[in-house]
Amino acid sequence: MLARFRALRSDLAMVTTVGRDPFGVAFDAILSATEAILDGKRVLLLGTNNYLGLTFDQDCIDSAVAATMAQGTGTTGSRIANGTYGGHAALEQRLARFLGRRHAMVFTTGYQANLGTLSALAGRGDHLLLDADSHASIYDGAKLGNAQVTRFRHNDPDDLRRRLRLLADQPGEKLIVLEGIYSMLGDTAPLREMVEVKREAGAWLLVDEAHSLGVLGAHGRGLAEAEGVEADVDFVVGTFSKSLGAIGGFCAFDLDDFDSLRVAARAYMFTASLPPSIVASVFQAIEAMEAQPQLRDTLRRNGQHLHAGLAAAGFALGAMPSPIVSLPMPDRETAIRFWNQLLDAGVYTNLALGPATPGGKPLLRMSVSAALTPAQIETAIAALAQTGQRLGLVAAGLAAVES
Amino acid sequence: MSDEQLVLHEITSALEELGKRTVPVTMETSLLHDLSLDSVTALDFIMQLETRLDIIIPMDGMAEIETIGDLVGVLTRSTSKAG
Repeated sequence: MLARFRALRSDLAMVTTVGRDPFGVAFDAILSATEAILDGKRVLLLGTNNYLGLTFDQDCIDSAVAATMAQGTGTTGSRIANGTYGGHAALEQRLARFLGRRHAMVFTTGYQANLGTLSALAGRGDHLLLDADSHASIYDGAKLGNAQVTRFRHNDPDDLRRRLRLLADQPGEKLIVLEGIYSMLGDTAPLREMVEVKREAGAWLLVDEAHSLGVLGAHGRGLAEAEGVEADVDFVVGTFSKSLGAIGGFCAFDLDDFDSLRVAARAYMFTASLPPSIVASVFQAIEAMEAQPQLRDTLRRNGQHLHAGLAAAGFALGAMPSPIVSLPMPDRETAIRFWNQLLDAGVYTNLALGPATPGGKPLLRMSVSAALTPAQIETAIAALAQTGQRLGLVAAGLAAVES
Repeated sequence: MSDEQLVLHEITSALEELGKRTVPVTMETSLLHDLSLDSVTALDFIMQLETRLDIIIPMDGMAEIETIGDLVGVLTRSTSKAG
């Protein structure tokens, strides 16, 4: 039965020969949004996606505790079967208000938000146009539905235009799917140009703001807000597991028939709904995100700090400064060694290997948090520079970092 | 030149450009085992061919592609539809 995973097992065995299993890291304790204990040693967390650092926000914790005390630990079923709790509906209204949309639907995870939304929105005879670097949840959502799926070159409006031209004579709706910030390299979609293509073709547009919610835009609504094109985005998908520090996902839009999605999206219908504690902490996290715009400024500064420090250390960097900073690695072996040595030096990052990465190329991926202090970022830069030098990835230019 | 020959010519040129024409290319050549094109690289390679031939290969049509012969078949069908 498991014979087909033999190649995968041998790949994993190769990965673990150098040291730890990067996909099986088990922390002894989480101390804060930025630190944990691993194998009895304190490590700095530089790969959490905890952009605003809200996982330890006292108000969010208090709300979660109060909701558990009042409503119990879980809903034990789906909203279709077990009913909607007051908190679910309140969260949907709050989220819609924050995003400036008429309606929002909450899912149990961000993965399920894409699975449910994409498979339900685009049906047989319709067309989904996906950016080549889309997250697995987008590909899986497309696969679960019956629409024809076309992949276009990453961040290439001309390639999207060409494909829409070839599909122009075909019946059915066309739904373009983009991401605000792409999770592996931290690059953003050229949204204004994409919107132009969408308008020309009379297509629909869905933007997954999983990594850009709370990060981009004057109010943290994401890339569409930052680029001033929210009116052209028909569907916004996102997650509660990054800036909002919990778990869950959503889809928000202005269409009136939105309730039909509740009985069409299988990933919504056939899974247990979010527990009261999560609903309450996410509600509170939205309040915190609105009330503390300075968190976004700190996050931006931290991203720029790490990016500039690594550039000064001589690293070739993947994209413009953003909360995600990725170092392209020359090969898998070096990437695995780099990740292990950094962890030995007390810095936890994400090892990203193909096929989950653009072009299948190995990456050392980091994400900063607003909760990181400048001193912690300096510590991380020094550890990265020393490790990079030891592995021959940066030859010179370390003086500024090491001094 | 037949449609198939034309498509095969495009494939070999594209492989050459990518530096992936490491073995003689026949209809039986496996994308994964002979040309070392894993799932992601194969998708990117097909995308390059879509641009060269100005066609679209829907993703569900890609699952069946294992050999150069399979690829020629899928591309030829799409090219004749487009034409």
